[in-house]
Amino acid sequence: MRELHTRLGKLFPLGELTEQRTNLAFVSVPQEHLRALLLHLRDREGFTHLVLLTAVDWLEEGQFQLTYLLADRKNARDIGLRVMIPRDGATMQSIHELWPTAATYQRELREMFGIDFPGSPRVEEDFILEGWRDIPPYRRDFDTLKFAVENYSQRPGRETHDPATHMKQQLYPGEN
Amino acid sequence: MKEELKIRVVKGPDGVEFEVEPLRDYYCEAAPTVMPGAYIKIVEDMFNWARSESIWILGFGTGCGAIEMRPLMTPRFDAYRYGVQWRPTPRQANLFVISGYLSTKTLKRAIRAYEQMQSPKYVIGLGSCTINGGMYWDSYNTIKRLDDYLPVDLYIAGCMPRPEALLAGFMDMKKLIRAGRGEGANLYAENFEWYKANQKRVIHDWDMPDYNW
Repeated sequence: MRELHTRLGKLFPLGELTEQRTNLAFVSVPQEHLRALLLHLRDREGFTHLVLLTAVDWLEEGQFQLTYLLADRKNARDIGLRVMIPRDGATMQSIHELWPTAATYQRELREMFGIDFPGSPRVEEDFILEGWRDIPPYRRDFDTLKFAVENYSQRPGRETHDPATHMKQQLYPGEN
Repeated sequence: MKEELKIRVVKGPDGVEFEVEPLRDYYCEAAPTVMPGAYIKIVEDMFNWARSESIWILGFGTGCGAIEMRPLMTPRFDAYRYGVQWRPTPRQANLFVISGYLSTKTLKRAIRAYEQMQSPKYVIGLGSCTINGGMYWDSYNTIKRLDDYLPVDLYIAGCMPRPEALLAGFMDMKKLIRAGRGEGANLYAENFEWYKANQKRVIHDWDMPDYNW
């Protein structure tokens, strides 16, 4: 992986390599070089399989991190490419021409995170949620508990206990 | 609104063009009605005995609890010996087991399936998710109490209840039906407006007839 990173580093402005295992590593890449790097990895380096495309919401930094995980089946190794994009009006170029399966991930990301992928097939359509009106639910500023309380009727009588204080009262009822 | 449900102009085989409004023309608009009991109690009791001995379940797994039904169908627990069996379509079933959490998307299908079932019909809520949300209490897309949306006859608590608990639940369901207390379908017909209002509050893209099939 180190050797691959050095080789790629000569062609693209890459970030530091984070090695999770000997056969799994992550590297960050600027948004504008992503497509060229994906093509290079797919056609020259044998990373033929797009395992997944997912997003992380870095709310405090005001950024979304997209992770493109690619697999090299022959050498049994994976590389993850991390791309940071601005959170406001999040848009990313679509990679559905490279891997048709990416279109599904992009539909999901648009629905769950509100990241737009212009040109991706059927990206405008509902994916999992039907008739969703609120902000995309996987964004971290979306309050699921508040949404659930407001939208779904709750059965009264449900209570929760902090385990530590509850057990203290159970075991030592007299003491405080 | 789905494309196939929109009003459109169709040209018939005789060349005459006419307007089709699928929601009105393809489905029945009549609301469900309360089915009165038989004319004499002993006959109604006989009906209830027969109903309790032939519980046919709709094989529709809505959540993780569906996995508990497989051992019940197969020889290990073998629910068939109690007259309980699974059917592939709503028309053939009279018991709907809501097996676990119900997302709003699945709720829509569950309502469709329930309304297609023939009266008298019963609903069992399986697992704590159907009772008060269970571990999905703060989830953005699962309902928290099933009896707001469908008339529930019986709840089986647990997360998940074991197949033995389901068997015990089926036995209790039999007792309820035999005692003439399995009146879920009539409850649904009586409080139809209330159920519909609750259903439409969570299902935002209501693109089906109100009572339809």
